[in-house]
Amino acid sequence: MSNTAACPACIGLPEGPLEKAASNGTTQVVLSLPGIHCVACINAVERALRAMEGVANARVNLSMKRVTVGTNQPVSPEAMIDTLELAGFEARLLDTSLLGAETDAYGRGLMTRLAVSGFANMNIMLLSVAVWSGAVGATMHMFHWITACIAIPALLYSAQPFFDSGWRSLKAGRLNMDVPISLAILLASGISLYETLYSGRHSYFDAAVTLTFFLLIGRYLDHRSRKAAASAAAQLSALEAPRVMRLRDGVRQMVDFGDLGVGDLVQVLPGGRIPVDGTITDGESQIDRSLLTGESRPIPAKAGASVTAGEVNMTGPLTIRAATVGSDTTLRKMVTMVDQAEAVRNKYTAAADRAAAIYAPVVHLLALVAFVGWMLYSGDLRLSLNIAVAVLIITCPCAMGLAVPAVSTTAAGRLFRAGLLVKDGTALERLAEVDTVVFDKTGTLTMPAAARDALDAETQSVARALTQNATHPVSQAIAASLHEITPAPITAQQEHPGKGLSAIYKGRDVRLGSGAWLGAGRGTYIQIGDCKPQKITLRSELREGAADLVRGWQQIGLAVHLVSGDDADETGTIAAQLGISEWTAEAAPEDKIAYINALTQAGAHVLMVGDGLNDTGALAAAHASVSPATAADASRAASDIVLLNDSLAPLIELPAVARAAKARIMENFTISTMYNVVAVPIALAGFATPLIASIAMSASSITVLLNALRLKGRV
Amino acid sequence: MNVLVFLIPASLILGGLGLVAFLWTLKSNQYEDLDGDAWRILSDDDTPPPSS
Repeated sequence: MSNTAACPACIGLPEGPLEKAASNGTTQVVLSLPGIHCVACINAVERALRAMEGVANARVNLSMKRVTVGTNQPVSPEAMIDTLELAGFEARLLDTSLLGAETDAYGRGLMTRLAVSGFANMNIMLLSVAVWSGAVGATMHMFHWITACIAIPALLYSAQPFFDSGWRSLKAGRLNMDVPISLAILLASGISLYETLYSGRHSYFDAAVTLTFFLLIGRYLDHRSRKAAASAAAQLSALEAPRVMRLRDGVRQMVDFGDLGVGDLVQVLPGGRIPVDGTITDGESQIDRSLLTGESRPIPAKAGASVTAGEVNMTGPLTIRAATVGSDTTLRKMVTMVDQAEAVRNKYTAAADRAAAIYAPVVHLLALVAFVGWMLYSGDLRLSLNIAVAVLIITCPCAMGLAVPAVSTTAAGRLFRAGLLVKDGTALERLAEVDTVVFDKTGTLTMPAAARDALDAETQSVARALTQNATHPVSQAIAASLHEITPAPITAQQEHPGKGLSAIYKGRDVRLGSGAWLGAGRGTYIQIGDCKPQKITLRSELREGAADLVRGWQQIGLAVHLVSGDDADETGTIAAQLGISEWTAEAAPEDKIAYINALTQAGAHVLMVGDGLNDTGALAAAHASVSPATAADASRAASDIVLLNDSLAPLIELPAVARAAKARIMENFTISTMYNVVAVPIALAGFATPLIASIAMSASSITVLLNALRLKGRV
Repeated sequence: MNVLVFLIPASLILGGLGLVAFLWTLKSNQYEDLDGDAWRILSDDDTPPPSS
């Protein structure tokens, strides 16, 4: 029965070491496969990889959406990624050192405890039902003794997590939910042992074990959703395996980012991200600083200029002397700053903790009142203790312990299937409160694309030919927008760093590049022979689902704002297209934070949706935040929810799910309080038998679980 | 009531077997990829299992 608790929602069940997945091969590579979803995918991926030379074994884990490849000869991960792309699967390399840290001894221990308490619970219930239905005398005593023999060792083992955590909180001078739990378990077992020894009528072992069993389910679900969130974070940061090309004595070698020292020379090829802060010693190129500044226009750089980690080298190879490495780089410092901003938000108290703060003292007080009251009334210590224990057991937060984890696991599972990773435990609760949304534009609502309407067919095919192998983002955007055009035959193709591209077409020079280079105005131009250069307009194309998303969110009553670092023309056009009336252009990162803080001070709960490093501060400052998987590392780290798909459509139902989840949590608290309101007077009056205690406890827990599962349906 | 002498140990042993079986499945990583295994069993594709 306990394994049903293992999978109410299949969000990655990553128990066990990764090595086990492929027992073959001397070295292992783990690739992330975001697109796989069925048995055909599994077979295709495994077959494609096993067919490669040197691959000993490949085993797909569908729950985790990754494949572990065992190799017995060196095979480069890039070759595997290429093979998979040819087979039609998007693949990314995962850094195994980060993933190795996630072996889950605690979760496995919880599961074992759950199994042991489930086993004990079943057997004890068999005996207890006999006692409840009227076994008396010697039979009852024998049953009590057998029960004690099963329950005591089972409780000592299974309830350890509660004892540990309760003890820790007592030592720190606080009361958490685990203190009344431990007290109830210990007192119930103590009094039951006493009753068993002295041939009493009531034994509460069944209640104590049932309590432990249900609470362990709650604890396990809670742990699993936390771990899924942590492994999601690890998976995201593992996506960028940090290898850098070091130049030493004229020899190039690939080394781990961590092995780099100050003063080392690092070579960065076009298209590569600069790994360190430092100065350029050799080479000439253009640099995309948008990650740090939000400014999308590339900046020329040559020897002597200083560069910052996180910038992207665009056109020519650069050699950089490292000035700071590792955790001292600007990029890392920014990540630290984000962590600090996040710590502020983490002060948000989850509903469960607020409930616990009221709950524990009330329960203790009630039990104490029952004990003192009955002592004064009857003077019978044994009876008074029995009643106090009954009160403790009946009020015990079985359903309370399940109320939140059951709901958040179900909700997170539902969102994961839609392509959303919930990274933070309190994210759904905060999202439910959101009433205002602030969108970033570039990279979030739009993707860059080139408009080709103005060009004739010949120019288009020349442009396609020139740009199809180029690395510059603008070239790539042009190539992408012309992908169905047949490239013209060109020869002697050349890339001019900082200027553009040139080639020979039908004996004439063709050039494509910046207006300055071609003697025209601002922007990107193409020139064939001696003709007048023609302008290629670059525009932003809406991301798939963007319009539906904005409309959907406006319909459920969210105020939608657009804040962009881009110029007013572009931003205004997009805002008009999407029907967003509140927009701000040319916003620096500080402006975005200020914008959000202003909204917050006006009483709004802001959801920020953004992707760039320039949005990171805003993402951390907002009440809740979402970023796409294509976002910068730090942005993903700063946001609560990561969108794994390219389409924005899965986000539409997010506020509805979050609100429903919050409503379910509140319902669950109400349900368990109602049970207590009915059962506590019975216990206080001394009518509570072990049977009533067991029924109240199981019924409330099961109601709460079922209520949580309703989230799987329509919201 | 003498029958209890057999029935109670029998129920404990059967329950214990179930517990041991579950702990074994847990230890041998059978819950590692529930989605994948659910699909794999339906596949009639005869890829030989990796020889260990």
